[in-house]
Amino acid sequence: MSKTKLPAEMICIVCPRGCHLRVDENLNVTGNACSRGVVYAKTELTHPTRTITSTVRLTGSAVGRVPVKTSEPIPKERIFDVMAEIQRQKAAAPVDCGQVLIKNILGLGADLVATRTIRS
Amino acid sequence: MTDTIITERFDLVIIGAGSAGLAAAAAAAKAGVQKILVLEKEDHPGGILLQCVHNGFGLHRYKEELTGPEYAERVLAESCHHAIDLRCGAMVLSITPEKVIRYSGEKYGYRQACAKTIICATGADERTRGAVRIPGDRPTGVMTAGLAQHYMNLDGYMVGRRVFILGSGDIGLIMSRRVALEGGQVLGVAELMPYSNGLARNIAQCLNDFGIPLYLSHTVRIIRGKDRLEQIVLSQVDGNFDFIPGTDKTFDVDTLLLSVGLIPSNRLLTDLGVRLHPKTGGPVVDETLQTSVPGVFSCGNSLHVHDLADFVSIEGETAGLAAARYLAGETGRLSDSAPLIKTEPGEGISYLLPAKLHTENAGEFLLKFRVKKPYRNVALLLKENGRLIRKVKKPYLLPAEMENLRLKREELVEPAGTLTLEIADE
Ligand code: SF4
Repeated sequence: MSKTKLPAEMICIVCPRGCHLRVDENLNVTGNACSRGVVYAKTELTHPTRTITSTVRLTGSAVGRVPVKTSEPIPKERIFDVMAEIQRQKAAAPVDCGQVLIKNILGLGADLVATRTIRS
Repeated sequence: MTDTIITERFDLVIIGAGSAGLAAAAAAAKAGVQKILVLEKEDHPGGILLQCVHNGFGLHRYKEELTGPEYAERVLAESCHHAIDLRCGAMVLSITPEKVIRYSGEKYGYRQACAKTIICATGADERTRGAVRIPGDRPTGVMTAGLAQHYMNLDGYMVGRRVFILGSGDIGLIMSRRVALEGGQVLGVAELMPYSNGLARNIAQCLNDFGIPLYLSHTVRIIRGKDRLEQIVLSQVDGNFDFIPGTDKTFDVDTLLLSVGLIPSNRLLTDLGVRLHPKTGGPVVDETLQTSVPGVFSCGNSLHVHDLADFVSIEGETAGLAAARYLAGETGRLSDSAPLIKTEPGEGISYLLPAKLHTENAGEFLLKFRVKKPYRNVALLLKENGRLIRKVKKPYLLPAEMENLRLKREELVEPAGTLTLEIADE
């Protein structure tokens, strides 16, 4: 469990609506407009995660970078470890949107996938 | 060699292949428009989405969270239709009153397209340093946040090592995180207003996650640097936006990113004599998104600045459908004497779109607006010629978020007059 003091307040980052969530001593969540807010609040208090988006160097194309994302959220405290892996990575055109560039990145259970199709 | 210009004829010419233009093309083709030309100045379709590599797109339209390029790919796939001719690397130079569009590009040379209808989906430009008048030196390292996003995400250049960001709009917040992720140090984000102009989730995930401080009611007072930016001086401002003496803070930075607002890009339309809205910077339109020039429509960020691409696409579809109906002779050719309702922003409303509604034209109207400042627990009052026709309670309203209101034709009693929207205490 994390050391976050309860009750706690936070902004739900799951969608652009950005609900103001309150979590009481018994981990009851209020202020959420949908059920994803409850999941977010509990995850955020126990093991916060983030989806990472960035770009990877691309060769064989007039476009210099291919955008990428982690297929699943990764633990927040590993963000910079994952970024270091992404910065080391290279890809060669053609690349398809959804193509896996790194399988199971750092053993975190998420793949690094391209988010744009670049033919040449 | 001949000096005749290649001239082609189209039912509809769309300028801009971003989320608005592509959605407009798809909707028009689906509605039966036969010959559609889409002109895009960049080498790839997708517009600004291509450099927005972060996620948060598509939640409304596709019910899943996509990155900008993924969203672009979906919209592009939907606009794959035999009626649509998409030409990239084609820069529109001018539009004549006869709807002749002149464009040029490496692949096409100098050509012209004769259009029966035009949809302008040219997006927005970033306000620059000149527009916010920051005094001081003129070193390199001062640039708009969107340009920095292009450098980093499309060209692969790091913009700086010690970075400060002026303006807390979403682009500024997203770029704070982007620079931090790539190992740059973001010393802070300053916002002139006492509240942020970005989405709350972006304050949380772009600033708080990386321990980046947000300075509200602050702005950059001085820029110093010989060749490269070396230092900025930040000062607090009072309620009149005057600097408060003794509040100076200096930051040694090599880069200053400006995220100080977007202005709809409408040079092509102003040359054509299209009337612009003083508040939005986009054309004055009716419920079909038709401008003051018949057969010319506007949508997306060149109509008014949006915060979500999903709403841009929906607006594009509205314009595409309207152009199709116009071509079919169904709408938009109403005489000047057709009954008309003018819309007016009242207390607390910064702008209200569309500016005019033809009551004969539709069964339902979609009103879009923004508020002037943040509100909590208020009511929106919609009035027809002074008479209250709808009251909507709102727990909160923010200037950063565009709001929608659907109005049914039956709710209006008179065919003409004035519709006002205002904010009142609950
Ligand atoms: S609680 Fe639901 S609606 Fe509210 S921000 Fe989170 S995901 Fe969006």
